Amino acid sequence: MMAGIILACSVVLLLQFFVSYCRSLIAASSRQVLSAEVQDVTGIQRAASGEDYKRVMQLLQLCPERPEDRNGIQAVSAYFGLLNFLRSTVARIVPSMQAWTDMERGHCAYFAAVALERRISFSRDMLAQQMDA
Amino acid sequence: MLSPYQYAVWLVCTILEIGVVVCAVKKNAFRRYVFLNIAMIASAAISIARYQILHHYGFTSKEYHYFYYYSDFLLVITLYLALTSLYSHVFAELKAEQYVRLGTVLLLCGTALFSYAVVQQSSSRLLTRFVVELSQNLYFVGLVLTYVLWGAVLKLRETRTRLIQLILSTGVYFSLFAANFALQNLYYGRTFFEYLTPLFGCFLPLSWMYAFWRIPEETRIAPARLAVVPR
Repeated sequence: MMAGIILACSVVLLLQFFVSYCRSLIAASSRQVLSAEVQDVTGIQRAASGEDYKRVMQLLQLCPERPEDRNGIQAVSAYFGLLNFLRSTVARIVPSMQAWTDMERGHCAYFAAVALERRISFSRDMLAQQMDA
Repeated sequence: MLSPYQYAVWLVCTILEIGVVVCAVKKNAFRRYVFLNIAMIASAAISIARYQILHHYGFTSKEYHYFYYYSDFLLVITLYLALTSLYSHVFAELKAEQYVRLGTVLLLCGTALFSYAVVQQSSSRLLTRFVVELSQNLYFVGLVLTYVLWGAVLKLRETRTRLIQLILSTGVYFSLFAANFALQNLYYGRTFFEYLTPLFGCFLPLSWMYAFWRIPEETRIAPARLAVVPR
């Protein structure tokens, strides 16, 4: 009985902490303005939509990986998966949830676009270093 | 015997724990978050000591089992102290540090008494059972304390991004382990998430390392944006 209560509490709090943690990762990149080049490549002008996420992630995987980004991208990918799950289940019953998940999915796509921007400049720096050497 | 996967996760986790301390030193955050760094140093040292004992006595030996559970108890105590230090950061402006310390000690004593009450019926290996019970209970107490701290962060409109990320990742870590222990108690003898459980241990050093390395101390965030329920 006691273990069951602890399990239920832990799972609920885990979800709450995980969502807040992912939102803190996303919020840190939301103020960054995308360069014209990344806007062209991703098709994201100001606000991103959840539909952009998959495409931006594919572009992201084409760039050399930055070790310091890996943790954040994996956490946000898991968060995006959770949002998709909510969208296809709970959001069908609760309409306000639909708008919230759509907005959050858009934020995830913007986070991925910012990560893409960082990876592109990282690749450029690496190339410049190789040219100098 | 441990599988190559478990050895690999063990090694990665130890490297990450050392990485947290290195990042904190490089970003001049070691002294500010000294208890978090002590927790990581203790965790890395215990990981190495566990490997030595495993290598010397074997996985099924009594020595390894005793060392594993007693060292886990030490680790959860250091994490508990790290959490207390996060409380001190959040309540620093209210000058409530001594109340936080008093509350922490009282809660620790209360958890110890509760754990003793649970295991006192055991006729044999009372101390070992007490240590295991107390460790498991402290994970849940840690989770509740982190949730209270998160509530305080939202209420006091704390804006330091690095501190917020440290608190949230500690909450995720405590909830993962509390849920895991609860599952083990519910279905005694069965192992859940056999491959995931070792990875849970990597989450905390990974997220702390990220917070120290990527988030400058002066970065600010509106905490109301992070609440699951809009405030």
